Amino acid sequence: MEQFMQQMINGFSLGSIYALIALGYTMVYGIIKLINFAHGDIYMLGAFAGFFAISAFHLGFIPSLIISMAICALAGMFIEKVAYKPLRTAPRISMLITAIGVSLFLENGGLLVFSPSIRTFPTIFPVKTYSIFGGIVKLTVKDIVVFLVMIVMLIILQYLVYRTKIGKAMRAVSFDKDAAGLMGVDVDTTISYTFAIGSALAAVAGVLVGIYYNSVWPLMGIMPGLKAFIAAVLGGIGIIPGAVLGGLMIGVIETLVAGYGNSLYRDGVAFAILIIVLLLKPSGLLGKNEREKV
Amino acid sequence: MKKGLLAILALLMVLSLVVAGCGGQQAQQSQGGGGSSGDTIKIGANFELTGTMAAYGRTSVNAIKMAADEWNAKGGLLGKQIEVVEADNKSLPDESTNAATRLVTQDKVVAIIGTSASTTTLGMVPVVQQYKIPTIATTATNPDVTVDPKSQETYKYMFRACFIDPFQGVVGANFAYNDLGARTAVLYIDEKDAFSIGLAKFFKENFEKLGGKILSEEHYVAGDQDFRSTLTKIQSMNPDVIYEPGHYQETGMIIKQAREMGITTPIVGGDGWDSPDLVKIAGAENMNNVFMSNHFIPSDPDPKIQNFVKAYKDKFGEMPDAKAVLAYEAANIMFTGIKNANSTNGDDIVAALEGLKDYPGLTGNITFDKQHNPVKPAIIIEFKNGEQVMRGRVNP
Repeated sequence: MEQFMQQMINGFSLGSIYALIALGYTMVYGIIKLINFAHGDIYMLGAFAGFFAISAFHLGFIPSLIISMAICALAGMFIEKVAYKPLRTAPRISMLITAIGVSLFLENGGLLVFSPSIRTFPTIFPVKTYSIFGGIVKLTVKDIVVFLVMIVMLIILQYLVYRTKIGKAMRAVSFDKDAAGLMGVDVDTTISYTFAIGSALAAVAGVLVGIYYNSVWPLMGIMPGLKAFIAAVLGGIGIIPGAVLGGLMIGVIETLVAGYGNSLYRDGVAFAILIIVLLLKPSGLLGKNEREKV
Repeated sequence: MKKGLLAILALLMVLSLVVAGCGGQQAQQSQGGGGSSGDTIKIGANFELTGTMAAYGRTSVNAIKMAADEWNAKGGLLGKQIEVVEADNKSLPDESTNAATRLVTQDKVVAIIGTSASTTTLGMVPVVQQYKIPTIATTATNPDVTVDPKSQETYKYMFRACFIDPFQGVVGANFAYNDLGARTAVLYIDEKDAFSIGLAKFFKENFEKLGGKILSEEHYVAGDQDFRSTLTKIQSMNPDVIYEPGHYQETGMIIKQAREMGITTPIVGGDGWDSPDLVKIAGAENMNNVFMSNHFIPSDPDPKIQNFVKAYKDKFGEMPDAKAVLAYEAANIMFTGIKNANSTNGDDIVAALEGLKDYPGLTGNITFDKQHNPVKPAIIIEFKNGEQVMRGRVNP
């Protein structure tokens, strides 16, 4: 029982990070039907931005988080402008291939600029463990921070999407880009904002990972990027609550497989889930079966 | 707007050209005089200068150049100056094949030193065998590096300067069973790494032979960041020792996460841990009750080692790691072999290397056995608050 509760905590912390990355995938897919494979590398950029803000400029957690979010938002918008916008009318596969190209560019550029060696995040939260439920479960300060930040980000995102004008525009564009344009919605700006918000969320995940596991390196985005993609598909790609549900589920499933089954199969199970979802319910857990609009 | 985009793209392309150009220039510079002038003896250095193991390659090449400078200052080799030609294998086996081919066919080296990892060395074995170029690998510990795994025949032109995995696994098991008094162990293995899998296998065989029990074999993949779920499982099994034969990057994270979770079990590993980054990643306060087997320790009181450490530190401004020591060792063995052979013919050099008897190296007296492996001791290092303390020397 003790071990089970501890594994659930491990799973939720890991899942929160997947969820934050998955949100970016889902939002971008929702609005321009693009699987943005460069998203995992934006997460890496965010981790490095946070690393430099904390270790070189000695900023606190919150300012570093905000700076990292701003840098990644700009990077996301820039990438969209340079790499994806010229292809908006091209076949969807062109944009997908471009996304892979951008991903490789960021990874190898990162190797060149940041050097391939691993950097260690300074410790900014006290290493302290709380025992709850009479010592059954141990929570570290870092666990609590990761979980709280994820919840706060989710609330802000919900507010942005459902209570603001830009959110309304985003929903309109995702529903029907052309009609939204005709109704006076600035489609380009809306898409730009979507990339900015998605990338800022990836930056949050990057900084949290840096703090949680205290290490960053240029290729750190590949695996979490793939896992978050699976999470987005599992929850239903294009659906915001689906990304969070998928992220938490992947985190918990992985943890349980490693903790009770065979740690050899941990990654395999995540990809098996992707295959099963695509075979049985391609629209994901929260997706409705829609007929393709013709 | 379109024009702006074009400009940005053009700029990026120019930048990438400049970057590629820089790399090319470096390679050319290191080729130096080039051509077939014949007034230098060219020695190839095939190393991991970029890629995931770049930290290994840089210190190795430094050390080889240092050895060459020392020989050149004393009049060189066979009356000629030694010229070290670098090649980058990008930490990849196929690139290592390319690098070795280039060294042999274009730069016309007479011998090669490198690489520092088993996978990249295996990539160049066919090349040096084909062209009959004597080669000494520095820290490639996998047995297959010098012996064909199928026919069990020794590769004629392949040598190495380090001990091999079976020996290191035995050292680890003996240490855990006898010194630490461990009777139960959990293996925690990098599932994609030949070095890690091999070491774990040899540890397991020997630990069980001694009477110990392996409770479980757990796995991770290089690049993982989250080890807590598996560590929670290991914690519940409560072993006497955790054997984790990985590389420094993941090992650092594993030790940190384990200690933060309150796991105080001794953790033991091999020479893949050897990097200053290990303590940086794990945090010095977590590096207690942690042990590794290695080729060398900087604080070894042996005056030969102290002289080397001082010379290296004066020249490069940092402490040498085991990769540097063994690269220096390999270079000196190769130069001695060429000197004894009094020839640059591959077969003559191989005969001279095979004939070395108790060559006084930094890490022990070196004689090659039938498999071209040096017979020499390993060192057990204990970490105390991140500081390396010598725990013992184990002879084969």
